[in-house]
Amino acid sequence: MYDNPNLERKVAQAESKISARNVQVFYGDTHAIKDVNVEIEARTVTAFIGPSGCGKSTFLRCLNRMNDTIDICRVEGDIELDGENIYDKRVDPVQLRAKVGMVFQKPNPFPKSIYDNIAYGPRIHGLAKNKADLDDIVEKALRRGAIWNEVKDRLHAPGTGLSGGQQQRLCIARAVATEPEVLLMDEPCSALDPIATSQVEELIDELRDQYSVVIVTHSMQQAARVSQKTAFFHLGNLVEYGDTDQIFTNPHDPRTEAYITGRIG
Amino acid sequence: MTDATNNTPKAKTSLLTVSPRVKKRNAQEARFKAYGIAAVATGLVFLVILLSTILYNGVGAFQQTFITVPIYLDEAKLDKNGNRDIEEIKKVSTFGYTPLIQDAIFAAIEEKAPGSEITSAKDTKALISASAAAQIRDVVIANPDMIGKSVEFRILAASRVDGYLKGRVTRDSIARDKNIDAKHLDVVDTLRSKGIVKREFNMAFITGADASESRPEQAGIGVSMLGSLFMMLVVLVLSLPIGVAASIYLEEFAPQNKWTDLIEVNISNLAAVPSIVFGILGLAVFIQFAGLPQSAPLVGGLVLTLMTLPTIIISTRASLKSVPPSIRDAALGLGASKMQSVFHHVLPLAMPGILTGTIIGLAQALGETAPLLLIGMVGYIASNYPSGPISGFMDPNSAMPAQIYEWAKRADPAYYERAWGGIIILLVFLITMNIIAIILRRRFERRW
Amino acid sequence: MPLLWLVLIVLALAGAGYVLGRQRAMSSAGGDTRHLHSLPVYYGSNVAIFAAMPAFLVLAVWLIAQPLLVDSIVSADIPATAVPEGSTLSLLMSDVRRVADGLDLAISQGTIAADEAKTLRADATDVRALLASVGVALGSDVNETTLSAAQEFRALTGTGSMAMTVVVLALALGGFAYAYSRTNKDFRARNVVERSIRGLLIAAASIAILTTVGIVLSLVFNTVEFFRLYPALDFFFGTTWSPSFGGGSELGVLPLLWGTLYISVIALAVAVPIGLFAAVYLSEYAGAKVRAFAKPLIEVLAGIPTIVYGLFALLTVGPLLVKFFGSGGTFGVDWMSGASSVTTAGLVMGIMLIPFVSSLSDDIINAVPQSMRDGSLGLGATKSETIKQVVLPAALPGIVGAILLAASRAIGETMIVVLGAGAAARLSMNPLEAMTTVTAKIVSQLTGDADFASPEALVAFALGMTLFVMTLGLNVLALYIVRKYREQYE
Repeated sequence: MYDNPNLERKVAQAESKISARNVQVFYGDTHAIKDVNVEIEARTVTAFIGPSGCGKSTFLRCLNRMNDTIDICRVEGDIELDGENIYDKRVDPVQLRAKVGMVFQKPNPFPKSIYDNIAYGPRIHGLAKNKADLDDIVEKALRRGAIWNEVKDRLHAPGTGLSGGQQQRLCIARAVATEPEVLLMDEPCSALDPIATSQVEELIDELRDQYSVVIVTHSMQQAARVSQKTAFFHLGNLVEYGDTDQIFTNPHDPRTEAYITGRIG
Repeated sequence: MTDATNNTPKAKTSLLTVSPRVKKRNAQEARFKAYGIAAVATGLVFLVILLSTILYNGVGAFQQTFITVPIYLDEAKLDKNGNRDIEEIKKVSTFGYTPLIQDAIFAAIEEKAPGSEITSAKDTKALISASAAAQIRDVVIANPDMIGKSVEFRILAASRVDGYLKGRVTRDSIARDKNIDAKHLDVVDTLRSKGIVKREFNMAFITGADASESRPEQAGIGVSMLGSLFMMLVVLVLSLPIGVAASIYLEEFAPQNKWTDLIEVNISNLAAVPSIVFGILGLAVFIQFAGLPQSAPLVGGLVLTLMTLPTIIISTRASLKSVPPSIRDAALGLGASKMQSVFHHVLPLAMPGILTGTIIGLAQALGETAPLLLIGMVGYIASNYPSGPISGFMDPNSAMPAQIYEWAKRADPAYYERAWGGIIILLVFLITMNIIAIILRRRFERRW
Repeated sequence: MPLLWLVLIVLALAGAGYVLGRQRAMSSAGGDTRHLHSLPVYYGSNVAIFAAMPAFLVLAVWLIAQPLLVDSIVSADIPATAVPEGSTLSLLMSDVRRVADGLDLAISQGTIAADEAKTLRADATDVRALLASVGVALGSDVNETTLSAAQEFRALTGTGSMAMTVVVLALALGGFAYAYSRTNKDFRARNVVERSIRGLLIAAASIAILTTVGIVLSLVFNTVEFFRLYPALDFFFGTTWSPSFGGGSELGVLPLLWGTLYISVIALAVAVPIGLFAAVYLSEYAGAKVRAFAKPLIEVLAGIPTIVYGLFALLTVGPLLVKFFGSGGTFGVDWMSGASSVTTAGLVMGIMLIPFVSSLSDDIINAVPQSMRDGSLGLGATKSETIKQVVLPAALPGIVGAILLAASRAIGETMIVVLGAGAAARLSMNPLEAMTTVTAKIVSQLTGDADFASPEALVAFALGMTLFVMTLGLNVLALYIVRKYREQYE
């Protein structure tokens, strides 16, 4: 990524895409996220790292209101997408999720054909005017997902028949097909082998030119490889947030340092 | 890649305004959800309708119309020689008692409802149950010294009279009825206001025997309840040990082989075989082949055992499976044999679950009717109480659901009320059994 | 009751064996349990098992085999010429058995002496009247062939029972002696006992197989018998069902199958949408409280005995439908003449099936992994879109299985159709007309006073066979689909 100085500059002066202020999340009586403030920038990969159960996934799911599907979960504070509070009463989570797509830990292709998997989002959101248009969207999404060459001859084969890495790229392509502005990824590589992981990581890096990507990861190396910004969560608190280089080379908080050097986690 | 973004310029849309498409989709969502609510509601409404129909139609069976009158037990008719010899008194059949009752009723009518259109004692026949004479004869035989006195009796009113008090029989509906006339109903109205004709709780419905087609007022479900009881004893005694033994083998000892597979497939298929097929099995094997007596609760119990076994085996295996392997390992580690570990540790821990499953299986068997039709437990008039345990198992009898079916098929609508009433009793049993099962489960449920 | 005595004697031997075996083991160890290989109970149990098990096993086999053997010997002795015109050997044999039973009864009631029964002659005594006096009614007079066959039958049965008693007692004593003699402190009693218990467990598990074998055999034998009296082609392809016990019946199964299918289709048309939507609502939308309240209540519908539904159909739903569609009814049409109809039975059966469909579908919908739903919701799909396009298609095989199971229930359901569908067998399209089903006719053919050997009664077994094959096919298919489906997500 260092061979493109223009891009570097762009990152440096990037506009804020999502800004979270004083976010609190409760699961029943448990206070899962405590007073988190964070600005997520456009066209940047932001990594959330931290030990298990630190709340990073929970916070990620707040960003497209996936927590709404859990009855006992309660979110307080403001999260704004392009200056609009996504927890505003007028906001329809369905519309929000079309803008903020999500990729999950375990590849979860629908039990449908590869084509139908990709076309699912565009169809429900009415993005295609006709069949040719839809074909076009599917192809583009598959290309963006860096999987087109592998599946173009078997678009109507079931998506569940692909390998783990292919399935995950299919899921990314599926998320991309709805033209989101932000892509949330919840440990997208944790179920994949190293080769598949590196393919997905490459893909994430490519996606950065168009989307704001937020990735939760267990692996610090992965965070260092793919992200420009890193947020370190610990026990529901956002301990430190800054440029990835800074977090990994010169953490300000002793807890961050302890985690980076492997003493907690 | 960049050109891909250029040719689909996305209009910037605000999250705060809901797009028309999303509005449409949300309406669809609401409709879909409404269908779901409607479906659940329909199910619940059906349940409510069913239960309230049963209650509405069935409570009547627990009340019966009685006529309370003093009856003069005329010595000249009941004991001509006056020596109170019990053998001689027994010689007087019920026909000897009928005129006494009719006279008594007639006297009551003349006294309490003077000027009625009923002009002769014979005319009161329509008011009295045909069972009254037998009832009084039994009392007299038990107490011969009553003869010559006037004793107050509470006798059953005829089914039509009972129906009139319950609203089933109306003045319109008797227009073409040969058994009863409007004048009788007039008298009933008067006698009712005088407290001679009364609707009272009818214990005989719960404890009594079935009666013939023409005496619905006398019919009770008691004898067939005993039939059901004896059947359930057979089912319990056979299906619990066999079911537990089979489950223990399949769950703890069975090697993975063809035979075990065959047994497993068999059990799950048997659980779904229509119950009537078990009736055919019972008829062909137990009655025709083995020569066991028709209509006997023993045979009914055997058939229901075979029918219930798969249910019990399936639930027993589930509770055995829920005992964690660490318990078995602990016992084996102390040098217990496999058999000992199962019988000393696993089985006791699984017992609450097994009992729950057994009770639910029994409840299922208790309500089952179809197989009983084929082994002759329907069509038999359950009018005699079994004389002892052996007779209880071997003598022809009916069972509660079979009795209900029998009543439902009879021509007199008075029997329908009894059928509904029988259902209430049956459901009381089923509910009790299920509540016991739920309590057992709640009380002893273990989370490992 | 000699059989009861026999059983009691063997049980008493086993009890004695338990006590003596235990004692012997204890004394061989000098009264110190620690010197024994197994606990004392095992030594006692070992003797008891050896005394009782072989004896009971032989007893059971004997009780089954003896009547068969006696039957075949006696019927072999009946000359073919003795079988009257229009009757069969098996009919004659059932007469023989009845006469023999009647004679037994007469002897036990003291009407005739045991010796007298052996020398009875048909031309000298009116056997029919004699038996009638002890409560055994015969359809015709007893001729010499029948009587002598019955006497032979009794003689053979008597000898057999005697032999059985001797053999069983010998086995019990022999087993007792053998096990007792083996009892000493080094004998591995526990292992032997556990092997026997294991044998018992296997036997218990095999009862499932025996039941199936019993069902198949009783259906097959009688069905074959039926097809000997009535052509199979006419049965399977006949369009008229009019049994008459006087003979000349037409026993075509098609009208019955049609009634069965018609009613099942109506039942499923009621149960599947309601059950499925209820399952979807309860598993995807309803909160924990609603679910905890509504789910068990709907399942109560499955716990209500079918006789209740039958009565509900006959006395409530039927008359209600007549009020709507009958002559002078609300709609002013005269489409329905009686309370019994295909719709009556179908509707009520549909209500009964709702919980079958809903709880099975509920399980199956719950087995669809949450990640599928997340994937769809994460793309901005609404809940209903997720359900319709992701969850239900993923659950489809399982739901099909559930519906097939419900269909098999509908086809095999008896009480509702017996009470609600009517008795007339017809091939009609009118859902408000009374029709009848396979199960209803099984009941009516076997509960009449028909002779079990007549085609009119035997047809019930052929109907039972048809029913069994149909439901078995559906069940096997459904269980296979459901199992395959479960494996997919495990």
